Amino acid sequence: MSALTRRHDFVLIFDVSNGNPNGDPDAGNLPRLDPQTNHGLVSDVSLKRKIRNYVELAKGGEAGFHIYVEEGAILNEKHRQAYTALRPDDEKAGAVKKLNPKDDREAVALRDFMCANFFDVRTFGAVMSTGINCGQVKGPVQMTFASSVEPILPVEITVTRMAATNEAEKKKGEEGSDEDARADNRTMGRKHIVPYGLYVAHGFISAKFAERTGFGEGDLELLFEALTNMFEHDRSAARGEMTTRKLIVFRHESALGNAPAHKLFERVRIDRSIGGEPHEIDDRIGNYAPARKFSDYVVTLDRDDLPNGVEIVELM
Amino acid sequence: MSLLSIRLHVWGRYALFTRPELKVERVSYDVMTPSAARGILEAIHWKPAIRWVIQRIHVLQPIRFQSIRRNEVGHKASASNISRAMKRGDLAGLQLLVDEDRQQRAASVLTNPAYVIEARFEMTSRAGPTDSVGKHLDMFNRRAARGQCFNQPCLGTREFSAGFELVKPGEPLPARSPEVETAELGFGAPRDLGLMLWDIDHAAPGRPSLFFRARLESGILEVPPPGSDEVLR
Repeated sequence: MSALTRRHDFVLIFDVSNGNPNGDPDAGNLPRLDPQTNHGLVSDVSLKRKIRNYVELAKGGEAGFHIYVEEGAILNEKHRQAYTALRPDDEKAGAVKKLNPKDDREAVALRDFMCANFFDVRTFGAVMSTGINCGQVKGPVQMTFASSVEPILPVEITVTRMAATNEAEKKKGEEGSDEDARADNRTMGRKHIVPYGLYVAHGFISAKFAERTGFGEGDLELLFEALTNMFEHDRSAARGEMTTRKLIVFRHESALGNAPAHKLFERVRIDRSIGGEPHEIDDRIGNYAPARKFSDYVVTLDRDDLPNGVEIVELM
Repeated sequence: MSLLSIRLHVWGRYALFTRPELKVERVSYDVMTPSAARGILEAIHWKPAIRWVIQRIHVLQPIRFQSIRRNEVGHKASASNISRAMKRGDLAGLQLLVDEDRQQRAASVLTNPAYVIEARFEMTSRAGPTDSVGKHLDMFNRRAARGQCFNQPCLGTREFSAGFELVKPGEPLPARSPEVETAELGFGAPRDLGLMLWDIDHAAPGRPSLFFRARLESGILEVPPPGSDEVLR
């Protein structure tokens, strides 16, 4: 596969309704917030996880599209373990204690092997403990934190379960109340949701790094496919409804690029739609009802006076 | 500022210039380190023939921190596992299982940072007969003015991307609003930032870290030149 020869920058716009797009482990799984502005955040690693999961679903371990940083145990792996337990005389690989590549040549061979087999190593890179220059593979695709276009208001929702986890919990419930038999073995829990939030993430694809990892045009297509579809396959009780709304790609003609990324990103403008009219998002917007759906926003893309050698590809 | 120096305005939403002593739960330095500044310049233009020397870092925004905790993976890829898989011709067992290898780590990152990096470059021993300071200076200026880069530069770590713009020779620096000019940035009296990473000596065995005593004076961090007594081993 020949590597990518053109630089790309992209803007990913997605929304969430009644769900938690990315919980904050520091805040009891509340949706992530920028404490200074109350804008919602979704970390880069959260988005990358979804890309990996989508590729794993779509390609199902096809040669060259394995996922290195996997979520959950792989069933085949468990089967294999059973086999190796039954046939202990098969090749024992676990004997070697410590091994570092002998020289640069071997380090390169290891790196190339990983890049050729694993989509996520080829795309995002990986840190390999090869002992030579830390053996880092820098991937061509770099993503930033997604941030909501307006402040979000996380809501805490208390829910109940009509069952107790264990005997002790059940007893505690019985002692507490006498009037309601239903309350006896009930547990209460919490969910945090964002009623609605529109988020924007920026991404960069370096053609020069693609050269090093062999990230090709086919991989690029798969990446964009993942970005448009990844939320469709990440449904869960916590997420609510998440959807990719827009994916705008700026394709540069050259490997180094033809325009500054921030200038291109400024061409994507998001306004609130109030009575069908676009309004700039500023302090005065607080007088209007909060946004609760995608049609409460207007996304406009300025296509005028594009810098030479930059092409806009709107994928959604 | 000499004619052979460059000035680059960089900014972003977040930055994380990790202190080497606090890197499990990462804590950022107050100000961009010279090595991070070098990394940004190298993302735009670098050849083995040249070496960037950071002269000065101008701090344009107040120093504000924010904490972010993320789920991270505890392990690096193991070279021995990879070479075993290569020999076997089978990828089984090579994956990292994230759920079984979770580490939750907090990072104290800077918010809304903006800097101007002032730097020059030197020719190294690998420079050929066709390499000259002027040629590489032109290449850098051309790329930076057009927004071209080898890869998008970042402020410390790759998820915090940096916007960049060349400050052309003779042009004034981006304005700093008067309310930013506080004692925190060393206005009035110099502010001691303590020992700060200068760079990592990649040529020496063991790759030792070099430090310097960082002082913010009227929003400017002066960086000692390579080989000076102020660079501490």
